[in-house]
Amino acid sequence: MMRSPMPSQPRSAAPASPPERTSSGRYSLWRLLREGLRGQRGWSRAWTKAAPRPRYRVVLVGAGGHGLATAYYLATRYGISDVAVLERGPLGLGNVARNTTIIRSNYFQPANVRFYEFSLKLWESLERTLNFNAMVSQRGTLNLFHTEAQRDLLTRRANLMRLEGVDAEALSPQAVKALVPLVDLDNGRFPVLGGFLQPRGGTVRHDAVAWGYARGASEAGVDIVEHCAVTGIRREGGRVVGVETSRGFVAADVVCLAVAGYSSELARMAGLELPIETHVLQAFVTEGLKPLLDVVLTYGAGHFYISQSDKGGLVFGGAIDGYNSYGQRGTLPMVEEVTAAAVTLLPALARVKVLRQWGGVMDMTMDGSPIISKTPLAGLILNGGWCYGGFKAIPAGGFTTAHLIAHGTPHPVAAHLDLGRFAAGRTVDERGDGPYPWLH
Amino acid sequence: MLRIPCPWCGTRDEVEFRYRGDATRSRPAADGTLEEFTAYVYARENPLGWHLEWWLHVGGCRRLLKVERHTLSHEIRWVGTPEALPPDGKVS
Repeated sequence: MMRSPMPSQPRSAAPASPPERTSSGRYSLWRLLREGLRGQRGWSRAWTKAAPRPRYRVVLVGAGGHGLATAYYLATRYGISDVAVLERGPLGLGNVARNTTIIRSNYFQPANVRFYEFSLKLWESLERTLNFNAMVSQRGTLNLFHTEAQRDLLTRRANLMRLEGVDAEALSPQAVKALVPLVDLDNGRFPVLGGFLQPRGGTVRHDAVAWGYARGASEAGVDIVEHCAVTGIRREGGRVVGVETSRGFVAADVVCLAVAGYSSELARMAGLELPIETHVLQAFVTEGLKPLLDVVLTYGAGHFYISQSDKGGLVFGGAIDGYNSYGQRGTLPMVEEVTAAAVTLLPALARVKVLRQWGGVMDMTMDGSPIISKTPLAGLILNGGWCYGGFKAIPAGGFTTAHLIAHGTPHPVAAHLDLGRFAAGRTVDERGDGPYPWLH
Repeated sequence: MLRIPCPWCGTRDEVEFRYRGDATRSRPAADGTLEEFTAYVYARENPLGWHLEWWLHVGGCRRLLKVERHTLSHEIRWVGTPEALPPDGKVS
């Protein structure tokens, strides 16, 4: 046997070849018809699974809704595509897969109304922007009220929304009944006195949001790296220089955390303590039913919200379990509370079978509002504290976080969400509950 | 369902209690700095692990309890009075 005359090159010295970046092409009715005739052989992966390179301009931690949206807007709106999104598990399996898919902008604080309305407007054009069917359905969100004081409060909220140019309509009990015949208006404990409808609210297919942003970001040159857990945040001279990961050190000029639920754990790696507690929120889905609910409905005498998915299952949820928890599962007292609210408001549901129940962990902040901010550590950006309003905020959260990373200054609609608001006494307390995260 | 062993009433379901948050924060002196008060009111360790927390037994003895509970397994390994500290306890 001949030995090779040349010493073989050590593998590690060879420059890492860039990952093969596939393009999924443009999705259209024409392409669907063509592929139908060609045996569906012309489709390729929607996004590329990348391996981490040694350095990037921006590293985003967490391939959930906000991380992927931030990557997408950085690459497409702000011209920064030297970006990696690092995800410890598979893409889009955290809270973007666990929420109840509701979008709306019916908030009380004017700054919140502006932020969530910015998000709702982005939702309205999202599918055209991403060329991806996210099944955005503006079926309307209806908030019921059961006391006169509650009516006054919701009237004030609706007027504040209308001053910001956001849609809000008052409905009489009869109009509520016409819209949702299942509602028991005269239920013994909490009769329904009316409701407020935001016609532009609705639902979105949540998984498709993660996949659509991932596809758009990947095509624009962003590296999406799955199964790459961040284990440390490296600092030099008071600024971030990169992240230690399960697949080696990755250097970066800017590191952005988008890991709601685990923000405190990641920030601890950078020596920071946040105004956040982690709490578990449960959601439920019933067996598939024929169409019976064509709005998003919320109960005013308890914490309960419900909509019907396109598959026919009723998707519903309530409040957080109420004590610090990283357990992505719920406990029974909240199951009882949520189902009691369900059958009080909609007695017809009493015999409907619940198919699945699950839990996700939330960053609950001290004022109930999110955080999109620089941190005391230079080069470290935080997108977190979403409480349980993170899903509807994905487009705006991604857009404004990308703005903050690209320009170094907050986007005007998200300037009130800075971390400094707590020390400065500018908290954005939507419900007026004070610094008790389990109440928000 | 948490089962909390109240030192006064015995082991009861969590629905008898009201959660009152992190029990490791102590109030700064009245002339403390803004940073100290901000950290006291707003900053939280929020550990994935053992957590020392307040529970008020509203549906029982109405006393405030200090509980050490794991935030992932939800296991409770120590319950004491407000002044007491768990065996390996710490107060920030």
